[in-house]
Amino acid sequence: MFYLTIISFFLGEMALSPESVWARDNPNDGGGKILVEWKLSSFDSLLLGYEVFRQGEGERSEIKVGFVGPGRNSYLDEAAKNGINYRYKVVAVSDSFRAESQFSNFTRSSAQWFNTSKMSVVIFALLLGGLILFWTAKAKKRRDLFVRRISGLSAVEEAVGRATEMGKPVLFVPGLTGMSDVATIAAMNILSCVAEKIAQYSSKLIVPNVDPIVFTVAREVVKEAYTAAGRPDAFLPDSVFYITDSQFAFAAAVDGIMVRERPATNFFCGYFYAESLILAETGASTGAVQIAATDAVMQLPFFITACDYTLMGEELYAASAYLSREPLLLGALRGQDYGKLIIMGVLILLSLISLLTKFPVLKVF
Amino acid sequence: MRIRIPLIIVFILGVFGALTFLIPHPFVQNIDSEFRDSVLRIIYAFSLVLGVGSILHHHLEKIRKKKEHWPYSYVLIISLFATALIGLFGGIEGKGPLPTTIGRFQFDIQTIYMNIAVPLGATMFSLLAFFMASASYRAFRARNLESMLLLIAAFIVMLGSMPPVARLLPKLPFISEWILTVPNTAAKRGIGFGITLGVLATSLKIILGIERGWLGGTK
Repeated sequence: MFYLTIISFFLGEMALSPESVWARDNPNDGGGKILVEWKLSSFDSLLLGYEVFRQGEGERSEIKVGFVGPGRNSYLDEAAKNGINYRYKVVAVSDSFRAESQFSNFTRSSAQWFNTSKMSVVIFALLLGGLILFWTAKAKKRRDLFVRRISGLSAVEEAVGRATEMGKPVLFVPGLTGMSDVATIAAMNILSCVAEKIAQYSSKLIVPNVDPIVFTVAREVVKEAYTAAGRPDAFLPDSVFYITDSQFAFAAAVDGIMVRERPATNFFCGYFYAESLILAETGASTGAVQIAATDAVMQLPFFITACDYTLMGEELYAASAYLSREPLLLGALRGQDYGKLIIMGVLILLSLISLLTKFPVLKVF
Repeated sequence: MRIRIPLIIVFILGVFGALTFLIPHPFVQNIDSEFRDSVLRIIYAFSLVLGVGSILHHHLEKIRKKKEHWPYSYVLIISLFATALIGLFGGIEGKGPLPTTIGRFQFDIQTIYMNIAVPLGATMFSLLAFFMASASYRAFRARNLESMLLLIAAFIVMLGSMPPVARLLPKLPFISEWILTVPNTAAKRGIGFGITLGVLATSLKIILGIERGWLGGTK
């Protein structure tokens, strides 16, 4: 405080005030925001912070819109109205006095129609989308696309057959998330293939649901699968049912079904939370063959431990293509793999560049 | 037509959903919010009716056919209706038209939730400790090289988190931290890349109508 008083006495308050205050429309937003930037005061470390004032065009006085601490040289005014011209003033504040800046330029906020900061996402999505579409188109002509063996999916036929032989049902749990989650949609795709096989084998299917929308979709999926298998009469509407949207109440109900009905095969497909281990361990204790498919990375170790087969991450999304052997889906899978190859290539290249920069003696970069 | 109309709806809404990620303009964002807040809620409300109908039908059938443990279905149905009635007419904390107090005994929806639903959920959650012990026993049996590596890594991480061991072996917490931040994170990121690509590919396949499993078949 003592230093600031001396400085202001000899040089005047202008020496302490922030300079070059500049206001502009905040980019890539829906409007209503103006970004104010300034050059820090030469004595920034001795200040309490900066107060930001706004004045609309034609207004006589300015209003305080915000305060930021020392070391900060920008402020986002989120209370601006679109189409009105504003100018800003920044005041350096200390215990003993205030030093005002000049007013900034006039500017106005507006809504944008495209978020340019997401351009890289667009390019990457277009590249991957292009690859997927290219291979999908190619798959129409080439029908011999190779897909590596996925043990968990190869075991589906065997698992359904086992249930039929034992005269026991197959349990399918389509995860704990709603229909807006892509993992649940992938689970529905697997359910469709599994239900078709079950219909062919005349086995019994049990599909408990945690979400009423998923329940409605699952029922239609199973019904259509039975029809596709030529066994619409074998479909039991009561085999697909809603239980509750409470996580642990659902886990308790499914555990009860596993203990009472003793399914020969359990499928856990979709997104799971902490109940994954409760479900998988109970299933293991009943001696069922268990196939899990999830993109919940945190739950993968539990499923790997307690289930016979676990489809990890992307395998969940590849399952319907693998099970149906539909050329178009296999083509999309191939495109997806090329996308992964590109990512791997970029990662290796960037890692090498990063590594080379650590050896200045090489003088490559 | 039965397949085509849902595919057209999915295409339009899927493309629109992708565009809302790129267009910050309020015109587009407001429509998106309307879909998410209002339309989805309406769909959810209708599907909830179907859900409750499903659970009732399931248990009434159980009672009708006298299946195993059928008396418990009465417990469920009575609990369902009693809770719904108390919730609808008793109000939260018993401020509705339906009296939810008999002497000092309270049975308003908040009391039911806090004293029945929460402890029951906590009970199920606490079972995890026992399930984890049995799962660990199975996972840590050194049957092959992979299990052996898992066992060693888990042993180091567990010991590294124990203060007395860390005092005896000061380097152990750093090794434990390295296992978690380097090989573990690398594996998680690898899986993450696959998941992201899978989500993108699945979304694209559904929007373009290549993937039709969710409609009940690929044909």
